[in-house]
Amino acid sequence: MSLAQFVKNQSGLSGINVGYKRGETVLAWAMVSPWIAGFLLLTAFPMIASLALSFFKWDILSPPKWVGLANYVKLFSVDPLPMHALKITVLFSLASIPLNIVFGLAIAMLLNTNIRGLSVFRTIYYLPAILSGVAVAILWQWIFSSDFGLLNTALRVFGVEGPAWLGSKVWVLPAFVIMRLWSVGGGMVIYLAGLQAIPTDLYEAAEIDGANWWQRVFRITLPMLSPTIFFQLITGVIFTMQIFTETFIMTDGGPANSSLFYLLYLYRQAFQNFKMGYASALAWVFFVAILLLTLILFASARFWVYYEAESDEDN
Amino acid sequence: MSSKGVSLSLRQVASKIVVYLMLGFGSIVILLPLQWMISTSLKPLSHVFRFPPEFFPQKIVWSNYPDALTQLPFDLYFRNTVIIVIFCLLGEVIVSSIVAYAFSRLRWRGRNALFIVALATMMLPRQVTLIPEFIIFKELNMIDTFWPLILPSWFGNPFYIFLLRQYFLTHSRELDQAAVIDGCSRFGVFWRITLPMSKPVLAAVAIFSFQFHWNDFFRPLIFLFSEENYTLALGLRFFQGTYGTEWNSLMAVSLVVMLPLIIVFFFAQKHFIQGVVFTGYK
Repeated sequence: MSLAQFVKNQSGLSGINVGYKRGETVLAWAMVSPWIAGFLLLTAFPMIASLALSFFKWDILSPPKWVGLANYVKLFSVDPLPMHALKITVLFSLASIPLNIVFGLAIAMLLNTNIRGLSVFRTIYYLPAILSGVAVAILWQWIFSSDFGLLNTALRVFGVEGPAWLGSKVWVLPAFVIMRLWSVGGGMVIYLAGLQAIPTDLYEAAEIDGANWWQRVFRITLPMLSPTIFFQLITGVIFTMQIFTETFIMTDGGPANSSLFYLLYLYRQAFQNFKMGYASALAWVFFVAILLLTLILFASARFWVYYEAESDEDN
Repeated sequence: MSSKGVSLSLRQVASKIVVYLMLGFGSIVILLPLQWMISTSLKPLSHVFRFPPEFFPQKIVWSNYPDALTQLPFDLYFRNTVIIVIFCLLGEVIVSSIVAYAFSRLRWRGRNALFIVALATMMLPRQVTLIPEFIIFKELNMIDTFWPLILPSWFGNPFYIFLLRQYFLTHSRELDQAAVIDGCSRFGVFWRITLPMSKPVLAAVAIFSFQFHWNDFFRPLIFLFSEENYTLALGLRFFQGTYGTEWNSLMAVSLVVMLPLIIVFFFAQKHFIQGVVFTGYK
């Protein structure tokens, strides 16, 4: 599936426009003008400017100095930290995104079995998803405390002595993955709505044909949900790769840079060391990395994402 | 025949019980961090570092809350946060719905192409544009004011534009046309017909906007410096830097910072969940 096709599927665009009216066109441009101004001032121009800046050395105070590709050379081969940061950010995302999807789907499927108290369970599971930022980061820092924290206290109930989590080079990334699993309810609500929209006659027909539970899940439920899962995957990549607040508050990148996520490093270069040129190069490499990941996912979609032929119903 | 019916229903009952047990266990796991937070916030500091830790405080110290909240001017941070959140929310709801109307209910050349551009910017990590944006606001002498946090919200947010557009598209076109025939202007249709018919999605956008700006840390961190301009997120970070291991105070303040969101969630739960469903599943 191509990007344009995806956009079409997601947006329900269709080419039925015939005969534009002049008054309507003028009003339309007037109404979209705030977005156009914002796009030019806060997106298009800054993108070009940051690309240009990435070829300069600039500390804001003195005039920028042209350095050619030096920032990129430094980024890829001199300074070891950017690629390290990118690596752990990707590793974290590779663990966090699939786990959130699997648990979100599993809970949604449990909730979709005609149980009583559906709305109570849904409220409980969804509640952490509305919370984020500094307060949540501080809470989890306390939960992961090795001696007095909740997690290791709970593990001791089962006779397990937990690791130092945020103080451990090995366990710090799993700790972040666990923390992000707390907000699994955000995706769960979406899957639940998707499940409820699958026509029940599909399952009835499958049951008559003798399909067992696994076959129904893998032949009906997952294919029918695949566009939803795909959308969650795409937004998940963009959102998860941008992890910042948690590491800034909980570990400041430590121990020994083992939770130095990419944006933390970018932030330090730009707003603590004021290396605006270098930070712009970092930003562009990050953008291209996310773009590549997204394009790979789009390329994979035609093998597993199932779109019904008629999806333009909302026009 | 009858024995098969009985065994089947037994199996169904058994599987129901397993489902409830799993959901119940999951609920406990989900709620435990919040219970832990409340319990820690009420303990005296000496009990916080007791081994093994107490799940429920044996001695309840309510004064932790006023004590912690008066260490820093949290009332000022609260006021700053409310100002920023209100103006961002207003901008995002008003401007995004105006833009979305043009993208959905009006017919004009270039509409679809521009909408694809808007969708593409949704996928852009905002950090790519951050450094030039910082420099623009610096040239405008707006660093360390609320303007860099509020102004971008008044240019329309592509994500909300997308949400609103999808919803507006579901309205019937005949209604618009009837109103126009009755002498209503195009803008009048937007104001008197489309908006009143779109309350659920407008509520969802308002809630998302509130939630995002209430929790936001990255942009205030970059644009605000003076303590008197701090938001709650920045104030909490500052508090953590000063009282790093006083977990009872830290939990008390963190809980108070979360509380408005939790309250709004319980009152507007339907809109929260409906809103999330709009985003992910259209």
